Amino acid sequence: MAATPLLELRGIDKSFGPVQVLHDVGLSVYPGEVTALVGDNGAGKSTLVKCVSGIYTMDAGTVTFDGNQVAIHTPRDAASLGIEVVYQDLALCDNLDIVQNMFLGREKVRGIVLDEPTMEQMAGDTLASLSVRTVKSLRQLVASLSGGQRQTVAIAKAVLWNSRVVILDEPTAALGVAQTAQVLELVRRLADNGLGVVLISHNMNDVFAVSDRIAALYLGRMAAQVKTSDVTHAQVVELITAGRSGNLGLPPEKPAAAGFADLTPPGADL
Amino acid sequence: MTTMTTSSGPVQVAKPTVASHLHDYWGRVRGGDIGSLPAILGLIVLCLIFGTARPTFFSAVNFANLFSQGAAVIFIAMGLVFVLLLGEIDLSAGFASGVCGAVMAILLTDHGWDWYSAIPVSLVTGLVIGFVLGFLVSKVGIPSFVVTLAAFLAFQGILLVLLSGGKNISIRDKFVLSLANDNMSVGLSWVLAIIAIVGYAAVQFMRLRGRAARGLVTDPMGIVLARIAALAVLLLAAVAVLTQERSINPLIISVKGVPIVAPIIAVVLIVWTFVLGRTTYGRHVYAVGGNKEAARRAGIPVDRIRISVFVIGSFMASIGGIVAASRANSVDPNSGGSNVLLYAVGAAVIGGTSLFGGKGRVLDAIIGGAVIAVIDNGMGLMGYSAGTKFVVTGLILLLAASVDALSRRRAAATGNR
Repeated sequence: MAATPLLELRGIDKSFGPVQVLHDVGLSVYPGEVTALVGDNGAGKSTLVKCVSGIYTMDAGTVTFDGNQVAIHTPRDAASLGIEVVYQDLALCDNLDIVQNMFLGREKVRGIVLDEPTMEQMAGDTLASLSVRTVKSLRQLVASLSGGQRQTVAIAKAVLWNSRVVILDEPTAALGVAQTAQVLELVRRLADNGLGVVLISHNMNDVFAVSDRIAALYLGRMAAQVKTSDVTHAQVVELITAGRSGNLGLPPEKPAAAGFADLTPPGADL
Repeated sequence: MTTMTTSSGPVQVAKPTVASHLHDYWGRVRGGDIGSLPAILGLIVLCLIFGTARPTFFSAVNFANLFSQGAAVIFIAMGLVFVLLLGEIDLSAGFASGVCGAVMAILLTDHGWDWYSAIPVSLVTGLVIGFVLGFLVSKVGIPSFVVTLAAFLAFQGILLVLLSGGKNISIRDKFVLSLANDNMSVGLSWVLAIIAIVGYAAVQFMRLRGRAARGLVTDPMGIVLARIAALAVLLLAAVAVLTQERSINPLIISVKGVPIVAPIIAVVLIVWTFVLGRTTYGRHVYAVGGNKEAARRAGIPVDRIRISVFVIGSFMASIGGIVAASRANSVDPNSGGSNVLLYAVGAAVIGGTSLFGGKGRVLDAIIGGAVIAVIDNGMGLMGYSAGTKFVVTGLILLLAASVDALSRRRAAATGNR
């Protein structure tokens, strides 16, 4: 596995008015590895992803991409670096086919005419490089695809643009057993193709099935970033719910040292 | 950690045959993606009914009449297809066409302008109207239903003001009158039909070769040939009928040839079909109609697209207004009023354009417009009153809208949407 991170965040702070959602968060994403980002509702996973993808601006902290310090202010900045996010709701148009969806907003043209053959070829090559063989035709409407196939199209759309880092937000949340396996296999293959993959998930089985590293957020702080092979299922659950597990994780909180730690996370998913 | 092997090579797709192509089509129809099929079947049934009841329905004179009767509504409906593709509605299209027709008539008659300056001013009026409507809908955020309902009343008022309280302005400009009333020569009719068929065949074969050269899946040759043959038969038969002598007394005046308005409809159809199907703009219109949020995230300027469809809608209404004024030889306070708007919305929806957005073609407006023109014409021949015609057309629009809603539900059930 590569030694230097492809994407490295350090000291990220983010507040919404008086509420500080992220405190001094750091995260390293390595090429060819799947980094699972876990944490309970409200831990700040979505906020962190939106900061990286340029939807939110960070209050403080540095982003290093491929060894260079970069500034990400807009989604366009993130896209030009090669950071793509696959959101939970996928953002596909049901009334368009697979190729049309994959190139939406970035269509290839010859003169003023859409260059359909080139787009179809590129889409086909991308799906083939991901070993996707489940779609009948590239000209199928997305409406007629299953949940797993839609997820596949959304991921392929993110990969199409020579992206370097792909962030997947709960890709298996709405899928059945067989489809979950297919999508996880695809996530693994992205990493094997040399991309840095960030997988946000609530499902410990998924996390242990595909990830190389686990980063656990607890109430807006990065509790720990560990190798998957070094931890157990139970330790990760503890990191998520309590922020520490044995000698891993955040130091015990000073004021609450005597009493019971409040394990109830804030309700809203910030 | 398991490592999966990455294999390359194209996605495996079976080469379609004629049989599998038809099977896939039938599968889509059963899955709720019915498109224009009900309208085409309905058109055939209606023609058979009216043709048996009144043999004059099938006469060359009547066939030619259908064009001039349906043309104005078809132009307005083609513009409405764009608006409907975004799931919006333009209720003011009828009176917008009246206002644009009146602008042209006033310039021609009261100010003595020539057609080549009056018509562009009328078209620009349409563009301006569309921009104002689109701006109010997308930037101010008023629902299109309310904006265009308000505009419906306002344009009716503007029309009255333009016509100084209700006088009738007649048009004497030869060019404008010829648009909806004259025919092309027999020779030109045949030449244009043949150009259209050869052009269509060339486009089809070029696409086939381009795709085959890249090793992409192509439509089976049998289907391509069948499409070309169907167009050829349809066009040649229509021209054959329309080049017959239609005059009651050919010695005094000879009336034959394809109505001038037919090639105008065809050119507009080709232009808009190209824009919708083959350009980035068209792709973005479908995307915004299908999933506005996805389109926004893909970086598509959603607001600009929304304004543009209203601009196209009102621009097409202005063409409809000019053609209507030409056919009536005049403009009056009711131009573009009464049934015009409902016929136009009906034409688009009956043709298969969805009221829910994201689904439809410009051709739908012509197929649906033909259904409406046939009903109007056929029931007129059978001596029904205007009242009965309105009721029947209303019911057919309702039927088309239910087909749209039910097929959408079916599509949801079969996972086609």
